[in-house]
Amino acid sequence: MAIKNIIQKNKQWLWLMAYLIATLSSFIFGFNPGQEVFGNFAKFFIEMITFIPFLFIIIGLFDVWFPKEQIEKHIGKESGIKGMFLVIVLAMLQAGPLYGAFPVVYILYKKGASIKNIFIYLGAFSSLKIPMLGIEIGYLGLKFTLARTLISLPLFIAVGYLMEWYLKNKKFKVNEV
Amino acid sequence: MINNAFIFIIVSIILSLISFFLDRNKTILGFKKGLKMFKSIAIPFLNILILVSLALYFIPQSLIIKYLGAGSGIWGLTIASFVGSVTLIPGFISYPIAAALVKQGASYATVATFMTTLMMVGVVTFPLEAKYFGNKVAAIRNILNFITAIIIGLLVGLVLWR
Repeated sequence: MAIKNIIQKNKQWLWLMAYLIATLSSFIFGFNPGQEVFGNFAKFFIEMITFIPFLFIIIGLFDVWFPKEQIEKHIGKESGIKGMFLVIVLAMLQAGPLYGAFPVVYILYKKGASIKNIFIYLGAFSSLKIPMLGIEIGYLGLKFTLARTLISLPLFIAVGYLMEWYLKNKKFKVNEV
Repeated sequence: MINNAFIFIIVSIILSLISFFLDRNKTILGFKKGLKMFKSIAIPFLNILILVSLALYFIPQSLIIKYLGAGSGIWGLTIASFVGSVTLIPGFISYPIAAALVKQGASYATVATFMTTLMMVGVVTFPLEAKYFGNKVAAIRNILNFITAIIIGLLVGLVLWR
């Protein structure tokens, strides 16, 4: 039982340890594929370690200077372009996977955000989050990131308008889960 | 990639200095928050790098170019959009994969489609989404975003033609 718990707790380390042992033995016994895989890994690792720590400094600073709660307060009160702008900024300050966005969507709905803005929020959440943009620039380059975001943004807004047009008279609501 | 690292280093130094000048305690709090987030992703991140390194060794470059390269056309987009829709890969993990694909000859259009469906379409998370929106609205949102993702992929591919 105790051993099982220890394994469960350190599951994420196991892979890493197994890989390190396999790599070490590849070098000791001259196993070529293992050395080649390590070559790939070393390149990726260097790539990561040269920018990810700095990215997290930037993310941490953003988090303290632009608290999400401050913006959330204004959601629902502002309409038009300003309301749209607010939900996009709020989405950009988030982190995490899409399913983490739904509880926030419920809050937005409760606060009186429009249908359009709810779906614009989801669109912006899925692809304009600042931490993700940082990693995207690091891995795929500024050009790719700019092209993707500038193309995505108007399309998300269009999706928001489409959803609102479709759901306007259909008693749309967001359930609490 | 090296140039990118420089951008991050310079931006983080400048922002830290400004922040430190304005409010020392807030800056330290920010560093702590960043470190905490970094710690929570570091090990899963390393694990995915191992997986990508292994996959790159076993999947020949010619295969990736054939199915996801610029010449793969509609099939590349189809594969990318379906894989992106049904898998549940955290964003920060999908970027090394995407970068590896690009290096191995995948087109920007397929990579952008893959990334966008990954982020916007969730087949696995559909039951959860349906609890919030109801089945119909969740289905419409996913389908609409699926189509949007393909349009985004095509346009990105058009802009970044290589």
